[in-house]
Amino acid sequence: MENRTILEIKNMRKSFDGIEVLKCISLTVHEGEVISIIGPSGSGKSTILRCATMLETMDGGSLMYEGNTAASDESGSIVYADKKTLKKIQGYFGLVFQSFNLFPHYSVLKNITEPVVLSGKAGKEEAKERALTLLERLGLKDKANAYPASLSGGQNQRVSIARALAMQPEILFFDEPTSALDPELTGEVLKVIKALAAEHMTMVIVTHEMKFAREVSDRIIFMENGVIHSQGTPEELFNSDDERLKAFIGKLEA
Amino acid sequence: MSVEIFLLTLLFSLPLGLLVAFGRMSKKKILSAVVKFYIAIMRGTPLMLQLIVVYFAPYYIFGLNLSGFRVPAIIIAFSVNYAAYFAEIYRGGIEAIPKGQYEAAQVLGYNKAQTFFRIIFPQVIKIITPSVTNETITLVKDTSLAFVLAQAEMFTIAKQIAAKEASVGPLMVAGVFYFVFNYVVAFVMERIEKKLDYY
Repeated sequence: MENRTILEIKNMRKSFDGIEVLKCISLTVHEGEVISIIGPSGSGKSTILRCATMLETMDGGSLMYEGNTAASDESGSIVYADKKTLKKIQGYFGLVFQSFNLFPHYSVLKNITEPVVLSGKAGKEEAKERALTLLERLGLKDKANAYPASLSGGQNQRVSIARALAMQPEILFFDEPTSALDPELTGEVLKVIKALAAEHMTMVIVTHEMKFAREVSDRIIFMENGVIHSQGTPEELFNSDDERLKAFIGKLEA
Repeated sequence: MSVEIFLLTLLFSLPLGLLVAFGRMSKKKILSAVVKFYIAIMRGTPLMLQLIVVYFAPYYIFGLNLSGFRVPAIIIAFSVNYAAYFAEIYRGGIEAIPKGQYEAAQVLGYNKAQTFFRIIFPQVIKIITPSVTNETITLVKDTSLAFVLAQAEMFTIAKQIAAKEASVGPLMVAGVFYFVFNYVVAFVMERIEKKLDYY
């Protein structure tokens, strides 16, 4: 049985200053799937997420969410959908940043509720209830009125996960969610993501945490030099005979 | 009179400065070049000269007699001058906000206006308050320049009285006036800064 397709990327290309960072990337994500993207720095992992979340405009290929075309190639040049369609598509996904990007002048609660209210996804009261439920689940109930600056990195990242979840996205992207954290704080964030995976939240996670990727993913994608070098189930990838893959995984596990 | 110049200049130049800052940061090269030139003129020439130009130029160029519009002329010259300084302060503040704030807002569905007024600007205000305080204090003292247009400004009156009475007392009083005025300004700004220090 094939689940509903949430995200479909075809032949995505992206260059920065003439350097091709993504060369023909195709990726399909089904509902409930957890996909990890691994690979060395500069391999284009984060750029995929940035193009998929439309923080960067892609140079070629197509991008679709639940059958809605966000961008497509038309006779060699990329065409993005009209504003209204893009706004709708924007509501399908959430993104958790490496550096949290919480709004420092808002309390934890307002960080979570304001986007929900502004986007019209819920009224003030419901947004607040939703936020408090999420905070309780993530063990941050007593931090609702705190400001981000007074929280630890791990707490901040959990708040930013709550902020993304409150929008009830169909798919959640994580861009190296633990790379800005002290090693002792990564655990609490990874635990949250694992819990989401257990609930079959559709997720695409760019990460350097090999053990975590192995445990949590349905599929792992190994990127190198702007292409998908190999992909498969964690078992397939971690037991692969491919020299390059073995070298990369070995280096990080050591 | 000094107080009136001070308050009206602030009222006009603070919003105007924000518009100028937008122009300065515009991606449209012509607009940004024009605004840059305007800022260079405002900062590069004496305010006293600008006051004289604004007041007398309409007469010499167009033959318009604006002698009845002394106060508006002063306010315009001050506002246009201070807007240039405030614009650069705003620009510094806006450029200090990390790109991630815009990206987070975009992903969370904020439109451009919401992003600026809800996310960016409140943070900018906090960053620029000390510089705005500086500029405001300078403005208080600059109001004394209005004497070039023979406006009944505090320092001018003091000078006249001093000349008449052949004493420096009135000038001392004027000095005290400016000092106290600025003391109040600094006090108010400090309160604002404290209020903004909630995060």
